[in-house]
Amino acid sequence: MIATLLRIFWIHLRRDRVLWLLTFFVPVAFFSIFAIIFSGAGRGSTPTVRVAVVDEDGSEFSKKLATALEKDKSLRVTTSAGSGDPRRAQEGGEDNQPGAPLTRKDAEALVRDGKVSAAVVLPRGLGQSFPTFGGDRPTVELLADTSDPVAPQMLSGMLQGLVMTAAPDAMLKGGIGQLNKWGGPLTPAQQKVIDQAEQRLKRPAPDDVPSGGAAASGLLAVKVVDVLGQEKANPAIAFYAAATAVMFLLFGCANGAGGSLLEEVESGTLDRLLSSSLTMPRLLAGKWLSFVLLGVMQVTVMFVWGWLVFKLELWSHLAGFIVMTLVTSAAAAAFGVMLGTFCRTRGQLAGVSTTVILLMSAVGGSMFPRFAMSEGLQRVGLFTFNAWALDGYQKVFWRDAPVWELWPQVLVLAALTVVFLAAARLLARRWETV
Amino acid sequence: MGRKLNGAAGDARRSLGVVPQEIALYPLLTARENLEVFGAFYNLGGAALAEQVTWALAWTELGDRAGEPIKGFSGGMKRRLNIACGVLHKPEVVLLDEPTVGVDPQSRERIWEMLDKLREAGASLVLTTHQLDEAQTRGDRIVIIDHGKTIAAGTFRELVEQTVGTRRQVTLTLDRPLPQPLDGLAAESHGRTVCLQAADVAAELPPLLERVRAAGCHVDDLAVQSPTLQLVFLHLTGREVRE
Repeated sequence: MIATLLRIFWIHLRRDRVLWLLTFFVPVAFFSIFAIIFSGAGRGSTPTVRVAVVDEDGSEFSKKLATALEKDKSLRVTTSAGSGDPRRAQEGGEDNQPGAPLTRKDAEALVRDGKVSAAVVLPRGLGQSFPTFGGDRPTVELLADTSDPVAPQMLSGMLQGLVMTAAPDAMLKGGIGQLNKWGGPLTPAQQKVIDQAEQRLKRPAPDDVPSGGAAASGLLAVKVVDVLGQEKANPAIAFYAAATAVMFLLFGCANGAGGSLLEEVESGTLDRLLSSSLTMPRLLAGKWLSFVLLGVMQVTVMFVWGWLVFKLELWSHLAGFIVMTLVTSAAAAAFGVMLGTFCRTRGQLAGVSTTVILLMSAVGGSMFPRFAMSEGLQRVGLFTFNAWALDGYQKVFWRDAPVWELWPQVLVLAALTVVFLAAARLLARRWETV
Repeated sequence: MGRKLNGAAGDARRSLGVVPQEIALYPLLTARENLEVFGAFYNLGGAALAEQVTWALAWTELGDRAGEPIKGFSGGMKRRLNIACGVLHKPEVVLLDEPTVGVDPQSRERIWEMLDKLREAGASLVLTTHQLDEAQTRGDRIVIIDHGKTIAAGTFRELVEQTVGTRRQVTLTLDRPLPQPLDGLAAESHGRTVCLQAADVAAELPPLLERVRAAGCHVDDLAVQSPTLQLVFLHLTGREVRE
């Protein structure tokens, strides 16, 4: 008996393509995506982080530190106004003509606009005071967007390490200065050895010298300043609300809009509807609109819950929220309608939608923030629905961007809506012959 | 058939009622709500819609269950409502695909009573069915389609005349086989069975019975079978099973 049951199971397994997809392809695809994200396959051991460096000190030490940061392969460093965002730099003040060194204000603007993940501000007096342990020493500020928790942590560690490798001569000089002050002057012979060592240390370090490291921590006083989230009640909530909402919008619309279309086909109501005054474009439009409204309600419920329970700042971002929710719901509903017209059965729809949506959500940032992904994967993410929707919500809730700055996301999502609906219309032709 | 429906055929659609073989209704909606939504798709609204919904609930005898979701209805009740949703807009022509499939005899009778009332009200019914007894008794005109092609059309009598002929088949079952063939009669005997194709049963049956009795046999059973649509259909399409 059990053998017969096993035989039945084996026959089903061999013939059910959807089961194959969900059993073998989806787990492998997921494993691959997360392996790429977490193991760093296809890139260096750390993601390339865009950083602005503001050298307010202008000392030899600060210049060496800035140069060392520029040389680091895991960073893409901006030091002048022209290499960042010239438009914002122009707006910033008299010091920020294109090509001019960045000011703190420029750097803040770059972080706020998401052009860089963090900015390093090397303060006046840094070179002169280094190395001083404790006491009243100037503090290096890391202006950060803490929606990306990786960049400031990574930079902070790197700065401590770079001090050792980028300016060892300064370390030596400073240390001997302290010795002179507290232990008395060196003999001429001792001074000669120290001078020779200083000359050796002044030579540039080879590129492959590892940077960073916990052993070096504490040499620089570093303070992380949250440029965006410092006034926010619960800054990470908006990201998670949007990430979850977008993924479930897609699931809801695929199974809802697509599923209801296939249900009409399977139950025979579609033939009946099409024999009435209802035409296929109107039917598709009706299904689409129904699920746009449902999507808007679904996202609204999620964000209102976020406001009630997690102090999400919904009301101060209402206009942007409405715009993003409308275009996101419109595109998600269109995607669902298209999937419904593409699939032949509800079983097929379940398999295809689960696969596509989970993959899009993984690559598009619904499961894992895109800023922590490699640049290549971030670019791939732009082909997903989720990435554009999440970028829009991020702009609204995190960057406090005005509504008009949402135009790239609105444009892409609106274009996707049109493309999905047009594809659905073409695919639905097969149902019109009676 | 086989052509696309397009928007320009709006008037034609309104004069057409479609009753699919499937129970093409929304199971979570009540009987009244189903009637209302399908009426709306045929551009009925306001008082006209309300009037037709009331008529349909009475016609289907579902008035007392009008407010219940139809997922709990019996097969016969759903079938009746399925038909009502297709004729709510008073179409001139109603296309019915197997309207009585899978229902009990009482529900079938009730459905035919409903359809007869529609015919009396002036609607033309086009019925597609594999239940040939229904087609034979209910159809004014019958079209036989095989492999997608029309192979015969006409009234039942015309079809019979064109195919198996109008003779009745008389079948006698005897107590024992005939000792010898019945000379002078066009009867065939196989064991205890004797068959005769009779153009006039009243005239041809008595001589046959007399000859059987004279042969010393006793008649255990006698059957007279008129030509049926089943015979016509098998005559036209053969006995090979259709896939």
